[in-house]
Formats: sequence, C-alpha cells, structure tokens
Amino acid sequence: MQEAVVSNAPPVTASAAEAIIRAEKIEKFYAQPSENRIQVISATDLTIVPGEIVALLGPSGSGKSTMLRMLSGLSTPSAGQVYWHGKPIAEAEINVSIVFQSFALFPWLTVLENVAAPLQARGLPPAERRERSLKMLDTVGLDGFEAAYPKELSGGMRQRVGFARALVVEPEVLFMDEPFSALDVLTAENLRSELLELWSSKTMPTKAVFLVTHNIEEAVLLADRIIVLGRNPGRIRTDFRVPLPQPRDRKSEAFTQLVDYIYKVLTRPDTAPAEVPGPRVRDQRQMRYQMLPHARPGGMAGLLELLLDKGGRDDIYRMADDLAFEIDDLFPIVEAAQLLGFLKVEEGDAVITPAGEDFANSEILRQKELFRDAAQSNILLLRQIRRALETKSDHTVPAEFFLDMLDEQFSEEECERQMDTAIAWGRYAELFDYDSGRRRFIMPDSQEEEISPSEDRL
Amino acid sequence: MKIQHPLARSLVTVSNWPFFIDLGIGACALAIFLAIVHTCMYWFEHPVPVVPISTSFAALPVYAFYSIGRMCIAYVLSLVFAIAYGYTAAYNRRLEPWMVALLDILQSIPVLSFLPPVVLAMVALISGRQLGIELGVILLIFTGQVWNLAFSFYSSLKSIPREMIEASRVYHFSGWQRFWQLEVPYATIGLVWNSIVSVAGGWFALIFCETFTMGNRNFQLPGLGSYIQKATDQGNVRALLGGIAAVILIVVATDQLVWRPLIAWSEKFKFEQVESAERITSPILTLLRRSPVLSSLPGRIFSSIEEPVFRRLAQSAETRCVRPLDRRSGQKTSAWLWTLAAASAAVAVWAVAEGAFMLRTVTWPDLRLLFAGAAATFLRVVAALIISAAWTVPVGVAIGLNIRLARIVQPIAQILASVPATAFFPILLIGLVRIGGGLGIGAIALMLLGTQWYILFNVIAGAMSIPSDLREVASLYHFTRWQRWTKLILPGIFPYLITGMVTASGGAWNASVMAEYSHVQGQTLQTIGLGAMIDAATDSGRFALLLLATIMISLIVVTMNRLVWRRLYRLAETRFKLEG
Repeated sequence: MQEAVVSNAPPVTASAAEAIIRAEKIEKFYAQPSENRIQVISATDLTIVPGEIVALLGPSGSGKSTMLRMLSGLSTPSAGQVYWHGKPIAEAEINVSIVFQSFALFPWLTVLENVAAPLQARGLPPAERRERSLKMLDTVGLDGFEAAYPKELSGGMRQRVGFARALVVEPEVLFMDEPFSALDVLTAENLRSELLELWSSKTMPTKAVFLVTHNIEEAVLLADRIIVLGRNPGRIRTDFRVPLPQPRDRKSEAFTQLVDYIYKVLTRPDTAPAEVPGPRVRDQRQMRYQMLPHARPGGMAGLLELLLDKGGRDDIYRMADDLAFEIDDLFPIVEAAQLLGFLKVEEGDAVITPAGEDFANSEILRQKELFRDAAQSNILLLRQIRRALETKSDHTVPAEFFLDMLDEQFSEEECERQMDTAIAWGRYAELFDYDSGRRRFIMPDSQEEEISPSEDRL
Repeated sequence: MKIQHPLARSLVTVSNWPFFIDLGIGACALAIFLAIVHTCMYWFEHPVPVVPISTSFAALPVYAFYSIGRMCIAYVLSLVFAIAYGYTAAYNRRLEPWMVALLDILQSIPVLSFLPPVVLAMVALISGRQLGIELGVILLIFTGQVWNLAFSFYSSLKSIPREMIEASRVYHFSGWQRFWQLEVPYATIGLVWNSIVSVAGGWFALIFCETFTMGNRNFQLPGLGSYIQKATDQGNVRALLGGIAAVILIVVATDQLVWRPLIAWSEKFKFEQVESAERITSPILTLLRRSPVLSSLPGRIFSSIEEPVFRRLAQSAETRCVRPLDRRSGQKTSAWLWTLAAASAAVAVWAVAEGAFMLRTVTWPDLRLLFAGAAATFLRVVAALIISAAWTVPVGVAIGLNIRLARIVQPIAQILASVPATAFFPILLIGLVRIGGGLGIGAIALMLLGTQWYILFNVIAGAMSIPSDLREVASLYHFTRWQRWTKLILPGIFPYLITGMVTASGGAWNASVMAEYSHVQGQTLQTIGLGAMIDAATDSGRFALLLLATIMISLIVVTMNRLVWRRLYRLAETRFKLEG
C-alpha cells in the first residue's frame, strides 16, 4: 500500500534545459596502488531544477557529502561531468552557498563581518556590504547581535549566522550539509519551520535547495523530492516526489507511511548495481572481507533484549522512534546483529532468530561465548586473526599484517575503522587481546582460557 | 593557564619521509655549509677593526638598544620568511615532502655550531666591516628562530578544518582574503607561542654572538653581550651585575609589555565553539583597547588599503569560479621546478665531492679526537639532563601540587626559562677560574644553567594538570609513597617531562659550543668535546675539522631526535595522555 503512495507520484523528469545543475554519470573512486580501485559513488545522474527542495538521504558511508561537494563544484568527479546551466561547472560563474553542519563560521570575525565576508569577496563597497548584511541578519532574526562573536552565541544562533551568510549572496542554489544535526531537537525544529517559512514566502532569493541529511523525518518534512542513496558504493536507490502539501503534519497517516516506506527501502537487501563495463571496478560486496558495521557488542545485546521484550519482532522505524535514535545510530547495530545471525530484517521489521533469542536470554559469560561462536563462524577477519594467533609460536601478530590485507578493499580511513571494530568485537569475545602500544594482537592469557570452560560446566 | 608546547612538538614531528629525502636534504645542507666555508676561506685575511667597548653604566642603554635592534630585525626577518616557507610547503605538493624534511633537520641542528663560519663568511662578503659582523649575527639569530615558526605556520595551515576551507572556496574568497581572514588568524596562536620560544632562543644566541672572539681576532659588537664579556675580562663585578640586570629587565619587560598582551589578544583567534572560562588577561592590552585612537585607527588604515585590493580581486577569474579542492595543481612539473631540482642535485653532488676532497687533510689523530670529543659532549649533555631532571621533578611536582604556590612560581619559572643563560656564563666562568676547576665538569654546570628551567616549568605544568579526582583516589586507597609516584605522578607528568627534556636537550647541545671553550680574563679555558673542537678549529682555521665536527654534532642530534625523543613523544601522546 505504501508503495502505491509513491508510485502515484509524478515521475521525476526534468528537461535538461531548465535544470540549474545537471550531473551526468558522475562517479567517485580512489585508485589503489594495486590494479583495483575503491568505488565510493558509482555512476549517477542527478538534476537540480528551480522551485524545489531536494533532500538527499542515506546512511553513513553512502557518499551524501561527497555528492554535495561534487554538485557544488568543491570536488571534481573521478568520471562524468557536472553542468551549471549547461556549462561545465569548473568554468562557470556559479552562485551557490553551503550551510555547514559545523557552521564553519570564522571565530575571529564578528557576526556582521562573517556575513559580510562573501560580499567582500565580490568587491562590494563597505556601505553596501553593511546594509545588505544587516538586512539579512534581520531576516534570520539576529537583530542586535551583529557585534557579537560566534562563540558567544548558542548553536542555534550560530547556525542562523550560517544561514545569513549563505543567503546574503542571493545564491541560485542553497546547499545544506546536515545543517540541523549539530543542534538540539527543539532548536532544530524551530529552524526547520523558519526555513520553510522563508522558502514558501519567497523571502529567500533562492531558486532551489539541496539538503543532505540522515534524518528521514526531516527529509519528509521539508522536501519536495527525496533521493535515497544506498552504499558500497553510493548510488541512487530511489528518487521520488513527496505528494504531501505544506505544512506537513508529522502525526498524519500519509506522513508516517512515507517515513515507513523509506525505512523499507533502506533496509531492503541490497541489489547489486548492474556491472559497469570498463576498467575493473570491484565493489565491496564482491570482496573477501565483509564490511563490519561500527556497532558495539553491548549495543547489540541491548537491541536484542529490547526486541525480545517486544515479542521478537518490531518495526525498525518504531524502534528508532522509541529510542530517539537516528538511522545512523540504529542501522549499524541492526546490521551487525544481522551479520552475526542474531536477527533478520523482513519488510522493514527486525525479527529475532533463535540464536539471537538464546543470546538475549543468557548471562554475560554465556553471551560472550555465543558471540565468540557467531563471530568465528560468520566473520572472516576475526577468524583469520584467531587462526594466525594459534599458529604462531609466540602467539602475537602485528596489526599491520591485517591492515595490509584490508587495504586491498577499503579506503585508508575505513581500514582503521574496520580494525577498531574488529578489535572491539574480538576483545569482547575473548578471541584475542590487543596491545595498542605495540599495535599487536596477542592471545588472551591461557589461564583465563582454562577458567572459563570450567565455569561453564557449573 | 594552559601551557602550549609548540617547539618540542615540532621538534619531534611525526613524519616518515623516505630515507633518500633525508639524504638529499643532508647533501644540500652540506652544500650550503661548504659555500659558506669557501667564502670565508677566500677572505680570511680581511682585517676587521675592534670596536672599543665601554663598561660604564651610562653606556648600558645604548648597548641595550643595539641588542634589541638586532633582535627585532632578526625576528621580523624570520617571521616573514617563516610565513613564506610554511605557505609554500603547505600548498606545493611536490615541494612539500622536501621542505618538511628540511625543516625537520634544520630545527634540530644546534645553530651555535654554525656561528664561527657564518660570522666569518658575512664579514668576508661585506667589506663594510661593521655591517658584515652585524649581518652575520642577525643571520645567525634568524636561523635559530625561523624553523619552529615556519613549522608552526605550516602545521596550522595543514590543520585548518576542511569545512572552513570549503566555506572560503564556495564564497569565492580570493587568495588574499583567504590569507587574511582564514589562514593567518588560524595560525596566530601558534605563531605567538612559538615567537616566545624563538625570541628566548634568540637572546641566548645574541648574547653569545656579541661576545664572540676567535683566536687573536675579536668580532665584538657593541651590545649587552659584549658589555658583559668586557666586564668579565676586567673583573668588574659591578658592571657585570649591571649588565645581567639589564638583560633580565629586558626579558621581563618583553614578557609583560609584548607577550602577555599578545597572548591575551590572540585568545580571539582560538578555534573553539564555546568561550573558555579561563582567560589570560593583560592590563596593558585593556589599556590599549580603551584608547579611542588606537582602537579605530589601525582598522581605518587597513581598510583604506584593503578596499581597492578587494575590488580589484573581485574582477579576476580566480574569484568568479569555485575552485575544486581536490584538483591536482599542475599535473606536469613546471620547467623551473625541474631546473631547481637539477641545480640542487648538481650542487649537492659537487658539495659531497668537495667535502670529501677537503677531508683528506684530516689525520687519524684528528678523527680519534673527534670521536672522543663526541663521546665527551654526549655524556655531558646526558649528565646535564639527568641532573636537571633529578632536581626539577621532585621540586616541580611539590610546587605543582600546591596550587597556590604554583600560581606564583610558574610564571617566574617561565620567565627564568627565557632569560638567556649565556648572560650568566661569565660569572660562572670567573667562579670556575677562581676555584681552579676545569671546564670538563664546569661545562656541565654551564649547560645546566640553560636547560633546567625548561624542565622545571614543564614539570610544574604537568603536576598541575593531574586531575584532582585521581589524586583523591590515590589518597582514598592509601597509596604508598612509591605507588603514588609510579602509578600517578610520573605517568601524569610524563608528556610534560618529555616536552621539557626535548627542549632542554636541544639547548644543551647548543650550549656545548660555548660551554666547552671560553676566553676569560686573557686565558683560554678548554676541554675535550665537540663544541670545543668547533671553536678550536675555527680559531686555527682548520676548516676540514670544523666541517667534520659540525656534521658530527648535527648527525648526533638528528639521530637522537629520531631514535629516542620521537618514540618517547609518541608514547606520551598515546599512552600517557590525560584525556579531557
């Protein structure tokens, strides 16, 4: 039924002529020293047309921010081309602004100077700079704060400065990179509705807004069109118009159905994109190592226990809502539990497996044992580390050794994170210990090994 | 007050540049050194008049003025050079590894070992006599100050948050606007703290340079150093004390009138989200800010210069397009870069050949003496470090754990650390001569004079930073004295101790050049050591030996930094870091 809501929506087709920004087959990848390369974003077409708020939604690692930077000219695609009114973006005189997650204000400039800085770059005389900046500060509700320094303001106020600086240049496209995620819930809600007001009353001299977010409700609340990205590598999973009229009510049936639909899209098993002809592009699912979700064993135990309380099956969306989690917080935990065979995802619902039930019902030592078994049979990296420790006579292996192997399929940064996760899991499962000073894996004390089985017998 | 340790951190920069880059850099440094030596060999016979130095108190202000003038010129030169160097290193991808490796080596080499050849070369190059020595001294102070400033600027540029850079790009900032509104403000705090360290090092070198004598030739310049030296020679204790008092006065005044206002002012550039509770205040700055003329005039002057520049820049293509951050700047290496690379390679090859040719005059006894000297100086530096640590750790911890005492003592220790030890050398030397002690042990005392304060004030800062809840845990569980030290205090102060020791060891090597060889009251005091060999070789004009000794001292210091200090520092940064 939810599917129907969406398929009724008009298909997203924008004629190339009217598009402000048009991306053609843009890709991002990092070349490795060896022949293969790490694909971050696979070939994607995208247009930004006047009159709409587009939300780009996706889990972490789906390349949302990279996409924004390619569309705004800050980053060059590895392949493909971005056009600004039909002209390659690198040569065009583009007029865009970005509102940053971290605000990116200059702490040594006053509020007024911060807002006036982009005008200064355009060579406007001081009097005009001042006048336009003051007017914009007035619009965003910062009257009387012009002489303050950003660090004297609250987070919400600072983001208002960010908006004022973005709008003062009258950009054609306003990019926003998770603009509300560093703010508390109330402040964020307040700013969102003010943004909508500015947009709908046309006080904002902006033709289109491009919003990157990992907050599903935010996307449904604000956007005229939502693009959902999948990851490994990043690609568009769905692109649809939001048929709800503004102002939208979070409690309405249509709203929650749409949110639920997006959850389903995000949790639906990944279908691999069609194999791209050309140079060897290997994406991570074809590789030896699974990508470990960055979740802690304690988090998994908590989630499974919660799920058990709910009768073994619950809507992921509802769980996230109950826990006040955003998708970036919850998904890794769900995925990790899925990887270890403790739960299954069916139609946006998390369903606990018998192994998961056993795990959730056990006390801590037994939990560790179950975790160890699950980890060793399901996760290649952990199995390899353990084997290496068992075979080596001194029972220690440098982490470097495994980093070199991970290096083949993950970016440098991701390698480190994979290693950190593996270490956390391995330590919890008592598969190995890790000496961070020497960066070596070591076999846990043999004494403990002897004690734990005897305890289990009791 | 939060202590920053920019110098020591930059001394042990974590960079794993390939070995061949180090080798290349070493060869280039050798080439420069040889060029200096060659020039001064050529002009060796050039006569230099001796300026008579008066020891009357009336002459002190003038001498102080000369010394301060030299300091200022050298400082401004180093600041400008450091910014240019740091900027180039940060933005030129091809030059970056080379420039950073060069920085890494240059900032660990003891500058004073270059004093004799540099002064000789400058005297030779500029036959306007006095100017030659002046420039030699200024150049030397410059070399001592510039590297950590350059490193600080470079690493600041490298650590600007990505979103700030993106903001400057997407809003079409020109390079000029980015420089003044983003890069310079972001680097200001690092530059201010490094300037304090640099200028302290500069005074140390300046006082020594002004007293510089070589064999029968005297390169004395009118200044505080030469005043103190003259007073020492004459045994005029009143003048000597007056000279030292003047040096201390200048250091304290600089601290109060320049550094504290600067630090308080630079708080504005702190990259923080919330305003910190503890702020450094400076009455002088408050006074300056109250003055209506001073608070509005600079802004007006600046903007009248700035506005036309901005208007002009807004027309240029640079500010019209958004430049991507990840575009490779210049895929093809430009022709001039190749020429530069080829030229430096050629010069380096020439230098190695020339150096090897020069070394043929070195005899076996010379070599034996060189190694004995290296060992002696090494032992002396180690001894000085151990003695400093042995007394400063207990004292520093005792002071640091007593908050009220620490508040009083710490600024004093900080000032003491920046009083140039070279000013006290003459007193110590006179004492040594009176007791009849040799320089063998005396040199250690001289090194101590220069190094212990760094460690003391770092240890105090370290003890102050131990969180009080950890101390409460220790007393709650009745830790024994041994446990308290091994489980709490020593690990707690470890990062600070290492920072102090790194700085101190650099200072000790630097001091060896003057500590092991001195002219006092007409006699030459001397002991076995690398520093002494450098001086003696310059005195007797044996450039091969001078070259060898300088290479040796640089090699030892660089190796020590790589093998010992860098590892300890990494340990301090990872295991012994007290979070939050």
